[in-house]
Amino acid sequence: MSDPTPRYQELRIPSLARVEGETALHLRIHDGTVTEARLKIYEPPRFFEAFLRGRAHTEPPDLTSRICGICPVAYQMSACRAIEDACGVVVDGQLAALRRLLYCGEWIESQTLHIHMLHAPDFLGEDDVIGLSRSHPEHVKRGLRLKQTGNAVVELLGGRAIHPVNVRVGGFHRAPTRAELRLLEERLRTALDDAWDTVRWVAGFEFPDAECDADLLALAEEDTYAIESGLPTVLPYDETLPPYSFPLRDFTDRVAEEQVSHSTALHSRLDGRRHLTGSLARWAVSGHLLSPLALEAAREAGLGDPLSRAGVGRAEVCRNPYRSILVRAVEVLYAVEEALRIIAEYERPASPYVEVPARAGIGHGATEAPRGLLYHRYAFDGGGRVTDARIVPPTAQNQGAIEEDLRRLVQAGLDRGEGSEAELTRLCERAVRNHDPCISCSAHFLELDIERTH
Amino acid sequence: MSTPTPPQPPARPRLGVFKFASCDGCQLTLLDCEDELLGIAAELEVAHFLEASSEAAPGPYDLVLVEGSVSTPEHVERIRRIRADARHLVTIGACATAGGVQALRNYADVEGYLATVYARPDYIETLATSTPVSAHVPVDFELRGCPIDRGQLVEVITAFLAGRKPAIPNHSVCFACKRRGNVCVTVAHGTPCLGPVTHAGCGALCPTYGRGCYGCFGPAGTTNLPALVPLMQRDGMSEEDIGRFLHTFNVTAFTAVEEQGQPGVTDDEGSG
Repeated sequence: MSDPTPRYQELRIPSLARVEGETALHLRIHDGTVTEARLKIYEPPRFFEAFLRGRAHTEPPDLTSRICGICPVAYQMSACRAIEDACGVVVDGQLAALRRLLYCGEWIESQTLHIHMLHAPDFLGEDDVIGLSRSHPEHVKRGLRLKQTGNAVVELLGGRAIHPVNVRVGGFHRAPTRAELRLLEERLRTALDDAWDTVRWVAGFEFPDAECDADLLALAEEDTYAIESGLPTVLPYDETLPPYSFPLRDFTDRVAEEQVSHSTALHSRLDGRRHLTGSLARWAVSGHLLSPLALEAAREAGLGDPLSRAGVGRAEVCRNPYRSILVRAVEVLYAVEEALRIIAEYERPASPYVEVPARAGIGHGATEAPRGLLYHRYAFDGGGRVTDARIVPPTAQNQGAIEEDLRRLVQAGLDRGEGSEAELTRLCERAVRNHDPCISCSAHFLELDIERTH
Repeated sequence: MSTPTPPQPPARPRLGVFKFASCDGCQLTLLDCEDELLGIAAELEVAHFLEASSEAAPGPYDLVLVEGSVSTPEHVERIRRIRADARHLVTIGACATAGGVQALRNYADVEGYLATVYARPDYIETLATSTPVSAHVPVDFELRGCPIDRGQLVEVITAFLAGRKPAIPNHSVCFACKRRGNVCVTVAHGTPCLGPVTHAGCGALCPTYGRGCYGCFGPAGTTNLPALVPLMQRDGMSEEDIGRFLHTFNVTAFTAVEEQGQPGVTDDEGSG
């Protein structure tokens, strides 16, 4: 086809908005073919893994929460699990339930933030939530209300929504009373309706065709939708390969990180292949374990019925990144329901935490951050001091899949004749936001830099 | 640093929000002002706020909120350009106000840090230090906290709109703790607590949840850190423990207190 643009062109688009962090995109286009799409993440290095060394085994939860203000609970939970694993302690019963409740709060507020403030404006032709609040005020108000309820859960359990203070290795500093938790019930019941309405709202959006060809990686549990624990489980893109799981201790052998010259975020590959974590992966791996209500919402939203693939025991797979907003909305509904269930069954534990005595060893912890699997590993000396720390955030894992997604989308755009700077930028920005990258975690600002040759 | 009287804002002043090295949490605090968010948006024109909007309009801006610390050579240039475009510049959070948790590198060998995290340190461009915005350009107001407090942020924006100075108390967490009716965790339980030397703003959260304050708002206006040290030792902390306790979220600010006996960050009067 004829290319209406010059034979060689370099484009710079100075900012990718509505993601957390600064990123540039470099596209190389030769003879109308995209030969390379490189996401250049230049979030300045913050050296967490280095300065964790020498810290006491009680310190990583507070410290690593500062990696990301959007999902601090995820950092605290993965850190706690890894440390407890190293010290041979299992936190269960009501303390584990409280952790899941805290995490539900973060899922509700963080996923709602992404749906209403960052993602929905793309589908409705608005620049931001402020524009959206003029064109769709009732939806924005509902989103703010829902987000506030998520924040209220985190604030009650954690003290504040950003960098909660009440989490500690072994549990909590203070466990809430039943009466305190019951205060959340009314709001959560309203949130259940709001979450349903959100699913219906986003289900009405127009979704462009797209497919992500990466393997899907999420934690899996036997009997519940994995949030704060689980076994890494892979659904390969190649459907002739069966789904498989591997022990968490093998994580860094399976998910190998490598540094590339164009990005401060490390790139990782799963068993040598591109992979994606996050809502689409969780839905694919564990969709059949959602509650009946969340499943009904998913069916109504057009995500299909994971139970219909009963022989496989897996969810119907959705690989369209644009539709990730549907899965997020369903996950919010599920998290609200879970929160209500946990509160209804809550009995205040005798102690807010279990003792976690320091010992030498290596521990692994992974949980499902709203944006995907977040892995921590710590090594401790006999005095309980960190001798080594390794943190693999979801965005770093997703980077390869996002780049491939961008390459395909731009190619499809070029093939349709959409070759202008404005058109390509819009396409790329939307594509990146589909994946809800949290660039503070890994490395921020999209500068689109297109190099065309003939 | 002095705090000049904010200029009278014109109709619909233009807001710019900018990020440097940080976790995005303080910017998120603005989005977490759910009840006030639409009101703020009605009073201010959000001209530049990348975390929230694709509309990124050039300056000048009437109010600029800066999150994050200066940690790369590019940051040094960028903060100067932003200052030149800002009538009133407010730093939000411990990173922009005191260098943040990433300022732990200031007391370490950054080359060693790079080699710990990156296989190819030569690909990474960074400064050996993480410094507050005030180390590079004049700042009109500094809001503390890791993260900042929602109520204090709304007060800063309201004060700017009203053309007055923000009423942010400069006293310690102990005041807030007493007001909240908490039993003192140090006196009653021997729990080490930085409340006596830490700037108020969080509402004494940690003691309310039964733990000692860990200093995420940095040093209060007047502090007697030397008097607190023996108390922490009595409660079982070694010198090294105390060092780590102080050197975490506001590492440079508490270090300045230790070295000079005074907070190394701007003192803002204002009363509780």
